[in-house]
Amino acid sequence: MTESDRVAVIGASMTQFGQREEWILELLAEAGLDCLEDAGVDADEIEHLYVSNMTSGEFEGMTGVMNALAHDIGALPAYTQRVDQTSSSGGAGIYAAWQSIQSGASDMTLLVGGEKMTHRTTGEATDIIASITHPVEYKAGVTLPSFAGLTARHYLERFDAPRESLAKVASKNHRNGVDNPHAQFRKEVDVETILDSPIVADPLRLYDFCPITDGSAAMLFCPESVAQEYTDEYAIVAGVDGATDTHVVHEREDPTVMGGVVESGQGAYEMSGYGPEDVDVAELHDMFTILEFLQMEGLGFAEQGEAWELVEEGYTERDGELPVNTSGGLKSKGHPLGASGVAQGVEIYEQVVGEAGDRQVEADVGLCCNVGGFGNCVITTIMEAAR
Amino acid sequence: MTMEATRYDDGTISYPGHPRSRNGAEPVGTIDLSEHTAEVVTWTTSTATPPGVREPNHLAIVEFDVREVVDDGETSVRALVQLTDGDVETGDEVEPVYTEELREPGAGIREPDSQDWDGYRFEPV
Repeated sequence: MTESDRVAVIGASMTQFGQREEWILELLAEAGLDCLEDAGVDADEIEHLYVSNMTSGEFEGMTGVMNALAHDIGALPAYTQRVDQTSSSGGAGIYAAWQSIQSGASDMTLLVGGEKMTHRTTGEATDIIASITHPVEYKAGVTLPSFAGLTARHYLERFDAPRESLAKVASKNHRNGVDNPHAQFRKEVDVETILDSPIVADPLRLYDFCPITDGSAAMLFCPESVAQEYTDEYAIVAGVDGATDTHVVHEREDPTVMGGVVESGQGAYEMSGYGPEDVDVAELHDMFTILEFLQMEGLGFAEQGEAWELVEEGYTERDGELPVNTSGGLKSKGHPLGASGVAQGVEIYEQVVGEAGDRQVEADVGLCCNVGGFGNCVITTIMEAAR
Repeated sequence: MTMEATRYDDGTISYPGHPRSRNGAEPVGTIDLSEHTAEVVTWTTSTATPPGVREPNHLAIVEFDVREVVDDGETSVRALVQLTDGDVETGDEVEPVYTEELREPGAGIREPDSQDWDGYRFEPV
């Protein structure tokens, strides 16, 4: 890493998301090896290997996945570390990989995020995820979806937003997911179907929520000077930052503001020199439809209480001013916890290097925002095409 | 049984309490919220509940006005609570009703002895 070097991304991959027969180690190896092949880099060149994973111990009884993956893909004796930051483990992995290159500690860092979830019942999976909550929240039986229901009602009532605007987020992201060959659901869903689907956490319904998913995704990082030895087409991590909000969700001053989104976004903008007006495409953590509104506002794409108007205007459609979740988002692509933030990075990488296929939009600068818990911890990353 | 909020040296109040306030200030006292009514800020009915949780589960974020018992600093504090049923609207005034078991200990992933399980459900005044 030279003084003028920037941190580059030279490869990316994601497995098929959905209900998979493979277990966590097989999923991680699949994405990791695909990523190395995409970049044309041999496994023995990896100096650091990070695995973003929230709950392989709780879901599968499999721990130590980072060491196991290094062995399985032939990356020994690379330094390994598992990164757990709940649902934002993937984004935290991007931050860790960036730090490893930027610090000079590594000249080739592979990040693989993954989770195996679908073998559990919905109740069990929901409970494992809700184990992040404070004891007073946990004993009340709160789930992440119920936080979304509480927040959505408050947002709709406070800002006089129509319920349909949330359904339009889901419909848009399902439409985008049709063109993502790795998405869990590649099926359009219209607003009427969404509004008629069963209530999960009033006023939110089934289609306002992402599914439970198995899958893995990977990215390969190195200094720009090293990247140029391999390829002319790479992305630069222009800005990345993370922030933490209250553990107890109701202690936030304003239930419609995610402080971690605001803080991490400001940090990423400051590092990159870009502002919201410079972003050409964004992947936002739409685990629940209401989160897309809160992130659009927290990241400065919309004023508080006005994101829903932009969605109504088609501003966030693939052919709109700011395409949001061209991958299909967590909503349609799926949400294998530890993989999701990495998969967001994969989409932004593919968009800025022009490899997004049918989902391609005109983009030099892309942003991804990965949310852990219900905004408890957030990582925002900005990538740009190499010039 | 009480429902104790914590007051801190910087005038802030939180429920639950923490070793320090969000600004790093030390605790200076408590307020028993079970002696107060509260206003519903927002609510939901969850129909997909995890093991050991009633289905459906009615939840609300409520706000307690505690200006009668504090001299300065913050005069309100919020809590996430269970409601006795889903027959509420935003802005309703609700009061606590003691419940021995809000959720069945041991049915979910949380170690039963790691926390308490009783508390208050709230119903319209």
